[in-house]
Amino acid sequence: MRFLFKTDYDQDIRLFKHGGQVFWYGLLMALLLTAPFTVGEYVMSQLHFIFIYSIVGLGLMLLVGFTGQISLGHAAFLAVGAYTEALLQAKGVPVFISLPCAALFSAAAGLIVGLPALRLKGIYLAIATLAFNVIVEEVITRWEGLTGGNSGLHVKPVELFGVKLDGDAGFFYLCLGLTVLSILALMNLLRSPTGRAFVAIRDSEISASCMGVNLAKYKTLAFAISAALTGIGGALYAHKVSFISPEQFTLLQSIELITIVILGGVGFLHGAVLGAAFLIVLPQLISLAKDYLPANVGSSGLQAVVFGLVLIGFIIFEPLGLYGRWLKLRTWFELFPFYRKGMFRRQKSYMKSERLR
Amino acid sequence: MSFFRVENLGIHFGGVVAVDDVSFEVKRGEVYTIIGPNGAGKTTIFNLIGLLYPATAGRIFLEDKPLAGSVPHRVAQLGIARTFQNIELFEHATVLQNLLIGRHRHRAASLWQELLFTPAARRAELAAREAVEQVIDFLDLAKYRDSLVAGLPYGVRKVVELGRALATEPRLLLLDEPSSGLNPEETDDMAFWIEDIRRHLAVTVLMVEHDMNLVARVSDRVLALNLGMVIAEGTPAEVQAHPAVIEAYLGKAA
Ligand SMILES: Nc1ncnc2c1ncn2[C@@H]1O[C@H](COP(=O)(O)OP(=O)(O)OP(=O)(O)O)[C@@H](O)[C@H]1O
Ligand SMILES: [Mg+2]
Repeated sequence: MRFLFKTDYDQDIRLFKHGGQVFWYGLLMALLLTAPFTVGEYVMSQLHFIFIYSIVGLGLMLLVGFTGQISLGHAAFLAVGAYTEALLQAKGVPVFISLPCAALFSAAAGLIVGLPALRLKGIYLAIATLAFNVIVEEVITRWEGLTGGNSGLHVKPVELFGVKLDGDAGFFYLCLGLTVLSILALMNLLRSPTGRAFVAIRDSEISASCMGVNLAKYKTLAFAISAALTGIGGALYAHKVSFISPEQFTLLQSIELITIVILGGVGFLHGAVLGAAFLIVLPQLISLAKDYLPANVGSSGLQAVVFGLVLIGFIIFEPLGLYGRWLKLRTWFELFPFYRKGMFRRQKSYMKSERLR
Repeated sequence: MSFFRVENLGIHFGGVVAVDDVSFEVKRGEVYTIIGPNGAGKTTIFNLIGLLYPATAGRIFLEDKPLAGSVPHRVAQLGIARTFQNIELFEHATVLQNLLIGRHRHRAASLWQELLFTPAARRAELAAREAVEQVIDFLDLAKYRDSLVAGLPYGVRKVVELGRALATEPRLLLLDEPSSGLNPEETDDMAFWIEDIRRHLAVTVLMVEHDMNLVARVSDRVLALNLGMVIAEGTPAEVQAHPAVIEAYLGKAA
């Protein structure tokens, strides 16, 4: 157990709370920076996907985990980012312009979706965002002149200042860099008034507005920032898979994205990265396990079933997700042998008898 | 010029007239208390002032400027802070984080400065911490500073909610039954703090309260309400002795 003695306010604000964190994150960074030289092509490719989905997961985590707004339409923002990038790249726009454009266009789409969020809550918001997903998918399919419709678009590898990043390593560093930047930006936001306003809206809208938080402004802002990150993820995704078509951005994709947040742990930035890693690794585990299963178990069907079961399992048994599991494990070691069951159970010391509205 | 004024305020929910033609004025620096039996419409008046409900009649003025046509967060930004009868804290956040939300109306950095956490954002953040630590000191909350609100006893939550309202540095503080659910000792602390808020922080207080000892101890003037209507106004002693008030609380003598 570690006790921190605080002597100035800066200690509350800084990103790394103690030397141990600096060490472990430093070690992780060192491992990742050397990864292109130590791991094989296949693992490298999986790492690309993990980072891309991490960025999307971070965006979704800000919206779902920190602002308390649900979205079942994030594949639409992924699509906006991917198609913006693909089209601009085809026109020869350099990536350091096209990538911000992908983020910007996505953010604009996020603002539009944010508007119904001002009036809708919970399941109704889920349906509205879902509808948005369907609309965007339809538009992409029908607008053949621009998007190529169902025949899709080819995307070139990233080129930065005349250097082609088609080698695994170059693209890896781009994805890693953008993931780290996204994490830092969100950590900064969350230790600032804007991040606190998001969390306030999640916990009690009435209280938030009575503290001067403009609900309309901050909800749309959360949608915009979330969509911007998802757009960046979409742009990288387009480069990674090098071919995009409408069926990659369906409702099913949106559900997979929300899975990242739920599996990782709602309300933790770590959760977004852990969830993304899990989402990428799980299919590998399933295909490994298939060697031991009867031959008539179909592969795509099996994957959907396992995903569904894992999702349900987490919601019932571990609502805090993978990161919550890790926190409990760590506490168990730190307190050994004094850990008691139910330490993480939420206390309900009183009941709300009457609520406004 | 009046500091805070309510004119002919009224609202009805369907057939229920919750507040009916209520007018009063709060002077700068005083503690003004609204009393009345259950369901008299006291909380509804607070909700009308906070613009959580749209008034069916009447107007509200802060320093002679009407609040009408505004939205709840604007009211807070004008410097009116409140606590709730049933405590509306951010349950899954620490005491410190709850109080920091109170600083929202004083935020100084732009979104881009926050994303990059520039020196300006850091300075703003340090200033916010300092202001909040003063409230923590003032209300003696240091030992709960980093505790989650969800695990705190009821009495402490009441104080945290008061602290969150104070952290906004309000000009007018609305307290909805600050002593309800508190034991006599905690009620005594609360009375002490309300006196201090008025005296040392120079904040004007508009309060709803049932505990007549507390009311008599801290209030300058009292307004008595029954069935949404004003039945008496005056010093605590005057209002307590008023026949209409006694009747409202005890029923008509047979
Ligand atoms: N949102 C609402 N919808 C319908 N009726 C309401 C609503 N809010 C308040 N009322 C009614 O208005 C009347 C006044 O309620 P209010 O909560 O203001 O009473 P109060 O004076 O605060 O009482 P208490 O001392 O119990 O807190 C009650 O009859 C209540 O049922
Ligand atoms: Mg009430």
